[in-house]
Amino acid sequence: MDGALTIWLTVAACGAVTFLTRLSFIAVHGRVAMPGWFHRMLTFVPVAVLSAIALPEIMVRNGSVNLSPLNPKLLAALLAVLVAWRTRNVWATIAVGMAAMWGMRYGLGLP
Amino acid sequence: MTSPRSEFFAGVRAESPLLLGVVPFGLIYGALAVQVGVPASLAQAMSSVIFAGSAQFIAAPLIVASTPALILVLTVFVVNLRHLLYSASVAPYLESLSPSWKALLAYLLTDEAYAVSIAHFEKTGGGPNRHWFLFGAGLTLWSSWQISTAVGIFIGARVPPEWSLDFALPLIFIAIVVPMVKNRSHAAAALVAAVCGVLAFGLPHKLGYIVASLAGIAAGMALLTGMEKRWTGR
Repeated sequence: MDGALTIWLTVAACGAVTFLTRLSFIAVHGRVAMPGWFHRMLTFVPVAVLSAIALPEIMVRNGSVNLSPLNPKLLAALLAVLVAWRTRNVWATIAVGMAAMWGMRYGLGLP
Repeated sequence: MTSPRSEFFAGVRAESPLLLGVVPFGLIYGALAVQVGVPASLAQAMSSVIFAGSAQFIAAPLIVASTPALILVLTVFVVNLRHLLYSASVAPYLESLSPSWKALLAYLLTDEAYAVSIAHFEKTGGGPNRHWFLFGAGLTLWSSWQISTAVGIFIGARVPPEWSLDFALPLIFIAIVVPMVKNRSHAAAALVAAVCGVLAFGLPHKLGYIVASLAGIAAGMALLTGMEKRWTGR
């Protein structure tokens, strides 16, 4: 994306789709019903989208996939999954993940 | 009948405990956005124009990575699809309002404002002034989101990049996703989407995010359909 104007217009469009999604059924209530399969599909959406973004964030460095099992971000993220599963606490997950990544990078000298 | 004023402040009070979770998120959002390279003015504007935490977290790095506008808007649309559920669920309670009230309340319909308002509506049924409750809750959240973003931007601009604060982003996503995984179909959706996200990373125009998300949703739906068939013995 080039140019500040394009970026601002894109953010405005992101705002518009967010607003219209929230307005949808409030505006058309009583005229349109949500089919059952669509309702079930929506429960998978946040899980899938956030995962699709998270793993590349962890494994891609400088534009290429880092498949090394010693990738400190990957190891720290696996630990964070464990913490999130056991504690269901956002702050514990972030704290353990960041500490593990720093520990492996600066303590053990992993790249 | 409760007055607009008392409904409004009941909404403010109900929302207040949730700010404990929202304000730190706003701080992290502001700090992360400037760390990944979003200009401060744009980072702040996103908090009022988009006004959706997870969508903003996702949009920030995508903007910096020169993602095409259409892909970015589509990604934000997909991640915000859950708001369709909120919209459908509060719609019966807001039926009689004017279009401008409906628009205002739709703008304020975040996860947290929805959560306290639907609880209030379902418990009391609300009166003719019940929309003031959602307005109070939504406005409380909105104000704290704007202020915490601004403070986060201020802090984030002073954190050295060697700290890799941007790693907090996937960690936040992990913290959100893991508790949402309630059965095998959700686990499958998450795993398939994550692996496809890496495999499809090289696709042009950052199409990989959309392809991987759709693959995850399809995997989850397929497994769920299979599980339902087994339960019902068909």
